[in-house]
Amino acid sequence: MMAVLGRARWAVTDGWVVGRANMINWRRNPGLIFYCMMFPIMTVVFGYVFGSAMSVAGGGDYREFLMPGLFGQAMMFGVVTSMLAVTSAVSRGVTDRFRSMPMAQSGVALGRSFADMFSSLIELTILLGCGLLVGWRWHEGPGKALAALGLLLLWRYSLIWVGIYLGLLLPPEAAGAAYVPLLPLTMLANTFVSPEKMPGWLGAIAEWNPLSSTVSACRELFGNPGVTGGSWVAEHAIELAVAWPVLLLVLFVPLSVRRYRTLSR
Amino acid sequence: MSGSAKAALVAEGLRKTYGSETALDGFDLVVPEGTVCALLGPNGAGKTTAVRILSTLLKPDGGRALVAGHDVTREAAEVRRNIGVTGQYPAVEEILTGRENLEMWGRLYHVGRREAQRRTEELLEQFDLTEAADKRLKHYSGGMRRRLDLAAGFFTVPKVLFLDEPTTGLDPRNRNEVWKMVRSMVEQGTTVLLTTQYLEEADRLADQISVIDAGRGVVEGTPETLKSLVGGDRIVVTLAGTADLAAAAAQVARFTGTEPEVDAEARRIDAPVRDRVGDLVEIVQMLRGQGHGVVDVSLRRPTLDDVFLHATNRAGRRKEPVG
Repeated sequence: MMAVLGRARWAVTDGWVVGRANMINWRRNPGLIFYCMMFPIMTVVFGYVFGSAMSVAGGGDYREFLMPGLFGQAMMFGVVTSMLAVTSAVSRGVTDRFRSMPMAQSGVALGRSFADMFSSLIELTILLGCGLLVGWRWHEGPGKALAALGLLLLWRYSLIWVGIYLGLLLPPEAAGAAYVPLLPLTMLANTFVSPEKMPGWLGAIAEWNPLSSTVSACRELFGNPGVTGGSWVAEHAIELAVAWPVLLLVLFVPLSVRRYRTLSR
Repeated sequence: MSGSAKAALVAEGLRKTYGSETALDGFDLVVPEGTVCALLGPNGAGKTTAVRILSTLLKPDGGRALVAGHDVTREAAEVRRNIGVTGQYPAVEEILTGRENLEMWGRLYHVGRREAQRRTEELLEQFDLTEAADKRLKHYSGGMRRRLDLAAGFFTVPKVLFLDEPTTGLDPRNRNEVWKMVRSMVEQGTTVLLTTQYLEEADRLADQISVIDAGRGVVEGTPETLKSLVGGDRIVVTLAGTADLAAAAAQVARFTGTEPEVDAEARRIDAPVRDRVGDLVEIVQMLRGQGHGVVDVSLRRPTLDDVFLHATNRAGRRKEPVG
């Protein structure tokens, strides 16, 4: 028991040491902040362009409907950020140095996840600011709003681990191209359009997309329009918004740590 | 493990294949404590694969290896406590300064914050990086990166240090610097296994050289023994023209009893001799007597280049003897 605790403590300490080094990026690379603002700014434009043309199932303002979708989508895009960081560390040989050291074998991946979580916090804050600018609001009080943000960050954290695993698995070129399959995945959900307005089979897929659960749960907790019941998935959005990320973590944390240990190129 | 109590590193029959490619094919090596061993071989010979297995980065498909007395597959964590590794490309974090890099690597060796800081200052000094300590890595030259990389690998004064092509891509001045650093590490008791394509590097640094080709050691020994393997001294004769090169080479062959190596472009004939001065005089007299214009003649001791060419004597790699 003590040994396990000792190992866990080193994993977290090493993770912190590695993560902090990665976080310094933010201070020394002010360009990164700008890069991070690009997506939220696009979002604002999006809201204005489509805001008037789209109608929401069950009625309501489209911008209010759209923002939780964009939050969820932005968190999902984070998978690529993590992948790129991991593939770049592997190709520079930094990962090999870590692997030949007597440090905790899970420390490097954990450090990556800490650093990416820190970036996500910054990104989500900017996004929220932009949302408020285009007139998006939460209506159910700060408690539920914080719960929604918690779900978004949980969603993001689980995807960081998916990104770490894929980054250890794929070559850098593939990681760079990851946006191509990812974009449709983020759209084949309730992000931009309610699944009820899609053809039946497509709507079913969109509803079962884990992203939809997080987005639905956020709409519910923020009190934004577009929460329509009916199907089992839609009825259990909040439970699923917890369950999906937990499932991803249970799968991808051990996979990543194992992959890291046996990494050989 | 009996019989190898004094060995810092033992490899027995290591095998590794990637798909249909055999990278290591029964590789053996014994490196005594406190010595420098150079793995010498062409690209793709299996040097890097061997180092990656010995430093726990890669699992062998067969055979076994002990580093600092611990099995590299079954006691990987113990091995990692006793080794330092420097790869082909400096493994350092670009965004950090030199000092921050070392402190970070030190913290990961679990020596504690204060000790990490103390050791960092010491290493900055030893590796001549004090002035650049607070500069970010992007302002470092190739030689400085390499030195920082070495310093990181040397953080805990490891029992065994692996250097994979430590001077590839460095200019002669920086190469000399790195050699100096490696010697100072050995003086502190570290055993070094280095891979290199440069014969000069192996000659200058190593107590023991293992020539590796196609995944296995082909010849092993001190630089001196290896040189004596290819025979004694050699004579190099440069002719005035190329027209009679083949004829002159045939003369030399008849005299020495072996086929000389001929470099047509340089108009040079290179042949082994038994009696340095006596053979030199006779060969020159003989060639001039036959009307060949000799513009230069010299004697040379065999170099590791000769060893290398003989040991890795595969089709297409050897200088073609004139026939």
